[in-house]
Amino acid sequence: MAAPNVLVMTGYGINCDEETKFAFEKAGAKAKIVHINDLTDGHDRLSNYQILAFPGGFSYGDDTGSGNAFANRVRNNLWEETRKFVEGDHLAIGICNGFQIMVNLGLVPALCGQYGDRQAALAHNDSARYHVRWVDLEFGGSSPWTTNIGTISVPVAHGEGKFYVTHSALMRLKEKGMIAAKYVSGEMCQYQNLPPNPNGSLEDVAGILDESGRLIGMMPHPERAIDFTHLPNWPLLKEKLKREGKPLPAEGPGMKIFRNAVEYFK
Amino acid sequence: MPAKIEIKTDNDTRAEVRRAKLAPLSSGKISSLEIVDVYAVDAELAESQLPAVASMLTNPVTQKSSYSKSLFPDNFDWVVEIGFLPGVTDNVGTTAREGIEDLLNAKFGSVQGVFTSQRTFLSGTVSKEDVQRFADTLYNPVIQRVAVKTKDEFLHEADKIVIPRVKLDTLPVADIVNILDLADDELAVIGKSGIANSDGTRRGPLALDITYMKEIQAYFRNKGRNPTDLELESIAQTWSEHCHHTIFADQIDDITDGLFKHYIKRSTNEIRAKKGEKDFCVSVFTDNAGGIIFDERFVVCHKVETHNSPSALDPFGGSITGIVGVNRDPMGFGMGSKPFLNQYGFCFADPNDETIIYKGKNYTQPMLSPRRIMDGVIDGVNVGGNCSGIPTPQGFLFFDQRYKGKPLVFVGTAGLIPRTVNGKPSHEKTAMAGDYIVMVGGRVGKDGIHGATFSSEAMDSGSPATAVQIGDPITQKKESDAIVKEARDLGLYNSITDNGAGGLSCSVAEMAKECGGCYVKLDQVPLKYPGLAPWETWVSESQERMTLSVPKDKWAAFSDLMKRRGVEATIIGEFTDSGKCVVDYNGKNVMDVEMDFLHDGLPERPMKSQATMTFHKEPSLEELDDLTGTLYKMLARQNIASFEFISMQYDHEVQGGSVLKPLQGRGRVNADTTVTRPVLDSNKAVIMSQGINPKYSDIDTYHMAACAIDTAVRNAVAAGANLEHLALLDNFCWCSSNEPERLGQLKNAVMACYDYATAYGTPFVSGKDSMFNDFKGFDADGNPIKISVPPTLLVSSFGVMEDSKKAVSLDAKFAGDLVYVLGETKNELGGSEYFAMHEATGAFVPEVDAEKNLKLYKALSNCISEELVASAQSVHKGGLGVALAKTAMGGLLGMEVCLDNLSGMFWRDDFTLYSESQGRVVVTVAPENKDKFEKLMEGNFFARVGVVKEDKSFVVKSAHKVVINGDVDEMLKSYKSTFAGY
Repeated sequence: MAAPNVLVMTGYGINCDEETKFAFEKAGAKAKIVHINDLTDGHDRLSNYQILAFPGGFSYGDDTGSGNAFANRVRNNLWEETRKFVEGDHLAIGICNGFQIMVNLGLVPALCGQYGDRQAALAHNDSARYHVRWVDLEFGGSSPWTTNIGTISVPVAHGEGKFYVTHSALMRLKEKGMIAAKYVSGEMCQYQNLPPNPNGSLEDVAGILDESGRLIGMMPHPERAIDFTHLPNWPLLKEKLKREGKPLPAEGPGMKIFRNAVEYFK
Repeated sequence: MPAKIEIKTDNDTRAEVRRAKLAPLSSGKISSLEIVDVYAVDAELAESQLPAVASMLTNPVTQKSSYSKSLFPDNFDWVVEIGFLPGVTDNVGTTAREGIEDLLNAKFGSVQGVFTSQRTFLSGTVSKEDVQRFADTLYNPVIQRVAVKTKDEFLHEADKIVIPRVKLDTLPVADIVNILDLADDELAVIGKSGIANSDGTRRGPLALDITYMKEIQAYFRNKGRNPTDLELESIAQTWSEHCHHTIFADQIDDITDGLFKHYIKRSTNEIRAKKGEKDFCVSVFTDNAGGIIFDERFVVCHKVETHNSPSALDPFGGSITGIVGVNRDPMGFGMGSKPFLNQYGFCFADPNDETIIYKGKNYTQPMLSPRRIMDGVIDGVNVGGNCSGIPTPQGFLFFDQRYKGKPLVFVGTAGLIPRTVNGKPSHEKTAMAGDYIVMVGGRVGKDGIHGATFSSEAMDSGSPATAVQIGDPITQKKESDAIVKEARDLGLYNSITDNGAGGLSCSVAEMAKECGGCYVKLDQVPLKYPGLAPWETWVSESQERMTLSVPKDKWAAFSDLMKRRGVEATIIGEFTDSGKCVVDYNGKNVMDVEMDFLHDGLPERPMKSQATMTFHKEPSLEELDDLTGTLYKMLARQNIASFEFISMQYDHEVQGGSVLKPLQGRGRVNADTTVTRPVLDSNKAVIMSQGINPKYSDIDTYHMAACAIDTAVRNAVAAGANLEHLALLDNFCWCSSNEPERLGQLKNAVMACYDYATAYGTPFVSGKDSMFNDFKGFDADGNPIKISVPPTLLVSSFGVMEDSKKAVSLDAKFAGDLVYVLGETKNELGGSEYFAMHEATGAFVPEVDAEKNLKLYKALSNCISEELVASAQSVHKGGLGVALAKTAMGGLLGMEVCLDNLSGMFWRDDFTLYSESQGRVVVTVAPENKDKFEKLMEGNFFARVGVVKEDKSFVVKSAHKVVINGDVDEMLKSYKSTFAGY
């Protein structure tokens, strides 16, 4: 199959659309930034795409709860197309605000296949403040998105990223392998001497899947970790590699996620 | 029938944080604190629609909501209710309204809306006074209303719905102002206090002095009629210091072409001429921002603004309006550039100072405390920058007690634009006669008129609107995306500018210069609420608006695009070539003034400056044998300490171009310089830094300015900037600029700008000045005081780096690396942080030897380009001691250094360590690069002073004695202690 078409959603304050598109293209996909209103008024259709991305940003300024107002816009205008899309053999990803949108829209976790139900929440960080830093993520779960990633470092930047579900929902997430990524102490936490969990998320959950594994939502930003010079410790690594006579890495660890998505359609 | 939806969040983090914040304010104990969010919906909703509306606003996993009756805890003693005053932008309310309209597929009426408020329920052993004190820290009287209630009072009216709707009772008409027959003294009163209302009160200052008023009188005598209020207000805006920069433009002493043209602009012209083919400037001083070449495809532009007075009154509103406002400068650069990088810089008084000062007599109108101002300003840039999706890596904090009356809030934004748009150079634009004048973005309210505040009656639906607005970054983000990412490249408009100071009166009149006139139908301007007088609509500074000139045949396409992006765009008139600025309101002419008079009619006011000499004695300080404790103290100084709490709340990763971040190394040390790639598929980067040290002004403003330039340049060079491709911006924040002594200081500083910009070949491309940063009020004892900021110049550097992988961070990398100090150390502690720690100023301010520094910087650039430098830290506040410490702390590595080999002249170890001599950089170099590095540095003053160590000991020796025996972990602890918990 040819390179998959990616719809990168934008509008109303989404602001990571360009770098998300760039990451998908770098991985070999064909990506297009589409304003949600071009979908609601029929200028473009979800059915033209294989991958749907809700990028990060501040849709509606987080008013009425982060991601909620944009989710409502999708729910009130595009619900049938969206449901059909996610039930088909397609992939979808929500990053940061995009994750918040997917949670409020009920695309993840959608336990028992209940797309549309709000079953999780991303609450204010424990610090009650917007927080930007790098974290280490251990990927898991059964999903084309998370295959063979292991533990990588990427940045987070959010004020409302504290993952919460009820106890029973958490049990089911674990049982069904729907936890996509957890905050752990790895290279970057040790480098910067920071605790692993940046926001107080339940059981260090950073990202989750739907039951099919084709939909993923995560607070951290892999699209901001696709170049070597994105890493906070690249100047140190560069000195080390140079002195060892080794070449610098061509890209950053976040690329793995985008490559996985493109790989799925090969 | 208005409805009300209340929402309560389980395990609400906000409540926990609030409780922790309030606890220290009372001797009693808060046993519980809960928050309920309230949406008052002023619309015709059926009872049956409420469940769906409530469900839309509520996350069922963590929230409960109620639409029938109020939510409150079983046990509570007090309630603090906070909502907005009438007319204040309620962003959450607007979003909720749009959501409800979408959900119900119905439109609200024009004055209907959703109004949000918040209830904080408290229980515990706290007194009414305590709760009142809590409330004072939670709300801002300029924009919010508050009510403190007991449980009984609350229960009595818990279900009451408050709709803060604006009602204005004045009839919107333009008044004729009689000036033709007025005597000079009466003219002067109008100029100073404003046009009289019918009740005898005045509308607020026009800031037109008698020279200007007489010129206006003569103009209208010649026309044979009196002006309208709108005409007078419009002329006042255009001629204001804020818009016309008369202090920089008018003759001063024998400098007939004024300070700006004679020194700053001339230096740029000379640099560009000298560079010839290598000139990288594209657009300087004329547009909303200054533009330089980025590469063969793109231009980058940059602008830095201040928003000082508004931030003193409403720190959050002032600073968010500042940052979101300066975002519009690149948006209005050329045909519209995309903002990709923000910078900030805040000057505050000591946040631990709790002594109150008052604006009014008899202990009235207390100013907010320095801490409140600091917290609010930091938060405003957080929300403005983060919500707009523009990275904000670069910034500084500076503390001095003279910022207690007015803080300085510097905010800047850089933008990216293709060099050509639709086949034409993108920095050129011309509004054409016949084009529609189109206002895009937000609506117009009574915001920022005269920058004054209107008195407001809380909780009363008849209150007038308030004058300070909260910026709405999302409205602007939608507008920015629709214009610079779509309409621009479709060629749907001929010209664009932003609405800042003076609102439409300035933006429209400014663009009208391009074609020679304009005709405005003011009644077409969309308003936030009815009842604005025409002059108010014309000069209002409501945010988030751009003015465009749209050709008639492009209007349909433009209008359609804006509608589809949820952006309001309205034709408000037409550009003409009539030579006049003509404004009608409801079919009646309210302004008819020649463009020439409007823009150039103001008479010159020659100024005289006076040179002053200040002399401060060198302090006699005890000479300690062990300077370890001194180093710890220096690292904890407010002007040196870590402000990572800001760096970690301002997103510097968004847009995916971060290269050198604000916090560097294992130790997360605040960097002076950041590097960002604006074009995702290019390895080129924009490097940005700043230089500021107002304390030097206490000795000499010429050297203060020279040091600011040298620091801004040096910081950038140390991180890898190329001097051949580095531009500067100036921001003068002066005080009492009508006094000859202050003008003398200004003249000296501007002279230094010429001398050093030319010497370094780094052109100024944009700037802004704010000339009256003075506070007149009363101290804690009710005695009159005047607090003037120290003459402050911020120099921002921004340049282009060919290869971002060659950027150099500040942290030491490996044990065994060699430590060098480049440049000469002299006995220059005048205005230094070390002397400030000893409450002294000193005599010898650092002086800059540009020729020597230039040679050194070029050599350092060569070394960086050859990748010989492992780390670099520019030496500025806190001198060598602090720069060495930052290098070690950044790498979490030890260091052993000996001062004996240093270049320069010095005789005391503490002075050697804390002198702020310019032109110096601390670098570390891998041992294998030693020879190459030293060879390239040949002919410059530099010294190998020590080595990086594996353990964390930080040892400084002098003449075989150990003068500092520190520990890097302890140093970091001091460095991070000052703002811990902020």
